[in-house]
Amino acid sequence: MGLGIGLGHYLTVAAILFTLGVFGIFINRKNVIVILMSVELILLAVNLNLVAFSAVLNDLQGQIFALLILTVAAAEAAIGLAILVIFYRNRGSIAVEDISSLKG
Amino acid sequence: MTLPLFFFYLFSAVAVFSAVMVISARNPVHAVLFLILAFFNAAGLFMLAGAEFLALLLVVVYVGAVAILFLFVVMMLDVDIASTRQGFLQYAPVGLVVGIVLLLELLLLAGSFVISPEAASGSAVPLDGAVDNMTAIGLVLYTRYVFLFQGAAAVLLVAMIGAIVLTLRHKSNVKRQNPVDQVGRRAEETLQVVKVKSGQGL
Repeated sequence: MGLGIGLGHYLTVAAILFTLGVFGIFINRKNVIVILMSVELILLAVNLNLVAFSAVLNDLQGQIFALLILTVAAAEAAIGLAILVIFYRNRGSIAVEDISSLKG
Repeated sequence: MTLPLFFFYLFSAVAVFSAVMVISARNPVHAVLFLILAFFNAAGLFMLAGAEFLALLLVVVYVGAVAILFLFVVMMLDVDIASTRQGFLQYAPVGLVVGIVLLLELLLLAGSFVISPEAASGSAVPLDGAVDNMTAIGLVLYTRYVFLFQGAAAVLLVAMIGAIVLTLRHKSNVKRQNPVDQVGRRAEETLQVVKVKSGQGL
């Protein structure tokens, strides 16, 4: 890194992205897909933090961690969307408020 | 302002803007497209931090696979666009409060932490400028982190099998091939050689 870009810059951007992801989970009550996308945003913010610290501390470990998070995020998206597809097949809706079978 | 700083601000501004659009877009297809834009700009930020391999991986894996998967599912599931914004105002205040508190906490933390000297000096896998980023990752990923690498591969395998098993369905009204029956057929059972006298037929 360098040339005017500091760790604080990266941490701020990652914090904003993380907060937007959390906010997206809260305000969304209609579409589960948008919630999954918000989770992807949160994981992206975490990856940004890891890469920034990796560059500042001069340590490759952070990038390896980010690589593994990327893998897990891809797997999570695939499983989540598969569950969504079968839920839609059974119920005909993916609105969050309709997913209440476990409420008893 | 140096050129990298300019690009940093450009990438981060577009990334934050597209993140806002992801959570606020009325049409889910637009949300996915903005997610792709956010990933592209995050890849630019990675590139600026010197993580070239991860930046390219982000484009390949996220934009090329995950976002397209989202796009497929959004288009496959017929979501009612008109009602997607119902309840927005109802949940916006609590979401706003939680979001602002979280953001303040994160920024407070980001502004006040210090890196201890021993953490800064003793890095586990030190970066040296001699080898490029991709070579450096390759050198440790298959040696020092080989078990984590294999674990990631196992996670992907389980996810793949899980996704297939979850979405596979057998329709009862569709005729399907039965390979065992097909392979088990023998010529003696099915083929009959008949001598036909000429002019008579069977």
